[in-house]
Amino acid sequence: MSDTTAPLIHKQSFLPKDAMNALVRRLVDEGYTVIGPQVHDGAIMMRPLTTADELAKGVCDEQDGGRYRLTDGDSEMYFDNVVGPDSPKRYFFPPQQKLFTLTIKGERFQVDDTTPKPPKYAFIGIRACELAAIKIQDRVFGIDVDQQTFRCESDQYYRRARQNALFIVVNCTRPAGTCFCVSMETGPEAIDSFDLSLTELREGFIVRTGTEKGVALLGQLPAREATSAELELASMKLRRARDQMGRRLDTRGLKEALDKSMEHPRWDEVADRCLSCANCTMVCPTCFCSTVSDTNDLATGQVTRTRFWESCFTHQFSYTTTGPVRSTIRGRYRHWLCHKLATWWDQFDTSGCVGCGRCITWCPVGIDLTEEATAIREQQTEASDRSGRGFVDEWAE
Amino acid sequence: MTQLGSTDRPAPFCGLDTWLPLPARITRVDQENFNTRTFHVQIVDDAVRSSYRWLPGQFNMLYAPGIGEAAISISSDCEQGGVLEHTIRVVGSVTRAIDRLGEGGVIGLRGPFGRGWPVDQIDGHDVVMVAGGIGLAPIRPLVYWVLRHRERCHRVILLYGCRTPDDQVYADELKAWESDGVIDALVTVDNAAQDWVGPVGVVTNLLRRVRVNAERTMVMACGPKMLNRAAAWNFLQLHVPASRVFLSLERNMNCGFGRCGHCQYGSKFVCTDGPVFAFSEIADIFASEEA
Repeated sequence: MSDTTAPLIHKQSFLPKDAMNALVRRLVDEGYTVIGPQVHDGAIMMRPLTTADELAKGVCDEQDGGRYRLTDGDSEMYFDNVVGPDSPKRYFFPPQQKLFTLTIKGERFQVDDTTPKPPKYAFIGIRACELAAIKIQDRVFGIDVDQQTFRCESDQYYRRARQNALFIVVNCTRPAGTCFCVSMETGPEAIDSFDLSLTELREGFIVRTGTEKGVALLGQLPAREATSAELELASMKLRRARDQMGRRLDTRGLKEALDKSMEHPRWDEVADRCLSCANCTMVCPTCFCSTVSDTNDLATGQVTRTRFWESCFTHQFSYTTTGPVRSTIRGRYRHWLCHKLATWWDQFDTSGCVGCGRCITWCPVGIDLTEEATAIREQQTEASDRSGRGFVDEWAE
Repeated sequence: MTQLGSTDRPAPFCGLDTWLPLPARITRVDQENFNTRTFHVQIVDDAVRSSYRWLPGQFNMLYAPGIGEAAISISSDCEQGGVLEHTIRVVGSVTRAIDRLGEGGVIGLRGPFGRGWPVDQIDGHDVVMVAGGIGLAPIRPLVYWVLRHRERCHRVILLYGCRTPDDQVYADELKAWESDGVIDALVTVDNAAQDWVGPVGVVTNLLRRVRVNAERTMVMACGPKMLNRAAAWNFLQLHVPASRVFLSLERNMNCGFGRCGHCQYGSKFVCTDGPVFAFSEIADIFASEEA
């Protein structure tokens, strides 16, 4: 951070609505692949765009357990909708990614082709919870952590895509019915790790700079000093959003409670409802499981190794020669929920949940993670904890 | 192709984001039983082969080109470089493909992965090894290690169980270990044939024959879930500390370096945190099914 721009970072100013066009054009001109919320297949999706007209302006959404609907909203508002099934995850950790192509030449594996280089992405309209999810995945994919917990070489594609990405985050002024970012302390306002942050008002945006890149970008846009009335309105809208969270999750002592609830009766109860469809893992912005598999070109003999998103809700996920480790839905749901809220802490020193609510909205039967976690935490019984620890205490100590 | 830096254990050779396998030649195949064979594998690249280091209990991802990979523990002597032995039960698509390639075939190999047996803690201990079926494969390098460094431990006991005499893996070696007297080896079978003179019954029956000095005993077990459970329970009841009861666990593995999520066991990634765990590390979840 140089001395000249430092005072400009975290400075707030006002950007009129019509500057959105100039912003998108500027980013496209600078060679960015611009990704923003658009309406696709009846949902808000994060997809490439070249003009601001493609943004989901005037579109609102209704979200609840197992329910998602787009509705007409205020036609002046670009970002009155909240997160859809998509997240920026797919641009750093693609759902399907070629690792390389090989030709077997006797005793040599000739590498014909490798993973393509990621484009330079600029994200407009990602939310504070999504930024938090990216920071969680940074740890999973091996960047941004100290050497002590560095598991292996970082994922090169992820690292490149991540380092070149530009983030224009939107602070949520209208949470969805399934949002609980306040409980997870990830939103609704982004505090850091963005280049620019926007809080949308009817006439324009309160824009805050987060990096030198953001300062430079804003310098090319018709921003002006924000009035105190505008700043007050923006912070009032954010305060209101905090109060309107659709869901709540008390995280105090939650990890400890889950750690000793492996045999809680609630797991049986939720297993009766869960379809094990894997929707929650596919929409989750932090889920990172994958499977690499081979495809063969019969004409050339070339082998392509491809990495796909995988879900812990499938049978093959844990399959060994003696069968799947988690053959019951009870075991699979328990693994998923405990991973998100408890064991993620052991693995990556952070929660695996950011409170975006996607798993609740997109669950076809409306299973609510906040409700399940709360039920388990509030009915702690002796029988829930049938671990081997008792055994050790009794005989071995 | 570079070997990743590591502080406490041999680390894998990795190329292209750790996913590129090293070509390796199958130099010999030994028949162990009706569906199990030991594949002797030699890394083709001379420089990599001569600098490849590993420790007992670590594993490789073996790659059948165009088919896929399987996690297979290394079964040979870690102090004898050059050839790596992998004992494989031919039951799935990858293992069948490797089997079809046979002697002279070229497979891929990534590794070594994981944390193996705690050989650095063995000094001055009685070592009890318990193995069932193909669970002897990851124990075998430990036996070699102990035989090479016999003076570093007191008593060494190897208990092995399998279904029938014909199902034994490394049968000739077991016979030699039983008769040499360098270690106390004992083999039991669930179902005996007429010419079988050894004990009959599950391997856990043999546990009762072991007189344990809990102060200085280390247990290392590998077998099906029930064997691990019985072995752990047995020695914990005899007051062997949970931190000195070690189990090698099996899980579905895809990447080998803690990224793909398949091998999770509670909060552990079996591929990097294990596959060998002290009971004390997994006591919280050991009694739970499907953890």
